[in-house]
Amino acid sequence: MQAQEIFDKLKEKFNDDILELKADAPSDPIILINGAELFNIAQFMRDKEELDFDYLVDLISLDLGDNLGAIYIFYSMKHKHRIALKAIVPKDNPILPTLENLWRTADWLEREAWDLMGIKFEGHHNLIRILNPYDWEGHPLRKDYVTPEFYHGMKVPY
Amino acid sequence: MGLLNRLNEPFEGGGIVLGTVEDILNWGRAKSDWYLQFGLACCAIEFMAVNAPHFDFMRFGTIPRTSPRQADFIIISGTVTLKMAERIKRLYEQMSEPKYVISMGSCSNCGGPYWEHGYHVLKGVDRIIPVDVYVPGCPPRPEALEEGMILLQKKIRHEAIFNKRKRIAEEDKKLGLNIK
Ligand code: SF4
Repeated sequence: MQAQEIFDKLKEKFNDDILELKADAPSDPIILINGAELFNIAQFMRDKEELDFDYLVDLISLDLGDNLGAIYIFYSMKHKHRIALKAIVPKDNPILPTLENLWRTADWLEREAWDLMGIKFEGHHNLIRILNPYDWEGHPLRKDYVTPEFYHGMKVPY
Repeated sequence: MGLLNRLNEPFEGGGIVLGTVEDILNWGRAKSDWYLQFGLACCAIEFMAVNAPHFDFMRFGTIPRTSPRQADFIIISGTVTLKMAERIKRLYEQMSEPKYVISMGSCSNCGGPYWEHGYHVLKGVDRIIPVDVYVPGCPPRPEALEEGMILLQKKIRHEAIFNKRKRIAEEDKKLGLNIK
């Protein structure tokens, strides 16, 4: 299925929560959506016969200045089509619904996005750090992150 | 040291080899170093190449040990993240004396490519444990690591065993150093 067709299908079902299609993105075509509806949209994409996105390829998080962004890349093994969903959340209250119950792989992907970018995934059963130590402070891939001077008595800067 | 050469023309009476205890002990120690089987990042891949038959690390008398209790030295082969640094320190402390450290690659020497923006990288493993031999490179060629191994063997060969502190102090005095 082409990106435009997928977009139309989603638009038909979710109307205003599907904002925009960026078909000329250098990677996969991106559909901008309303983050609050993410779970329902994703569930529809997974279960609808013609879409059948059975594989969550990756979750990418972005720092957009005042906002944080999350890009979900989906792939359908059956129909061999790919699409990306992008949701934007405000930096001071970055909350998205978890997709853990739809694709198990979202578990670790969301923990990574939480660890490095600080996006909270509501409903995640175990949202703890995955790469950094558990007692690490801050979310290092944010642009306003300041590297600590010391960690457990070890000097961090060169 | 020529110990083995002398076996052909044994001391009068036959079968006797003379040497100082220190020399013989150090000769044995230098030729059978067991290392902790331990790899960290991309340097560990190069380290595997050193272990493979092509470069044949075992000809130096080394055998990988899976327990720090049995290891004589440890090769820090790769990026030391802050998370890993504490584990490395613990592994080093679990090794029995005498113990040695080879720091392999720019990362464990000084932070390597992460020296500026690596919020998660320890800038040099010598900030937590003492290092005997530094091997530069990103990653070092297997030959470079082998040279490091030879340097470590040289160091072990010339090590004082008896009256260590006294002799080191004497040597320091000769050099005009005043180290307490
Ligand atoms: S020195 Fe280079 S090759 Fe070795 S661990 Fe660091 S980045 Fe990797």
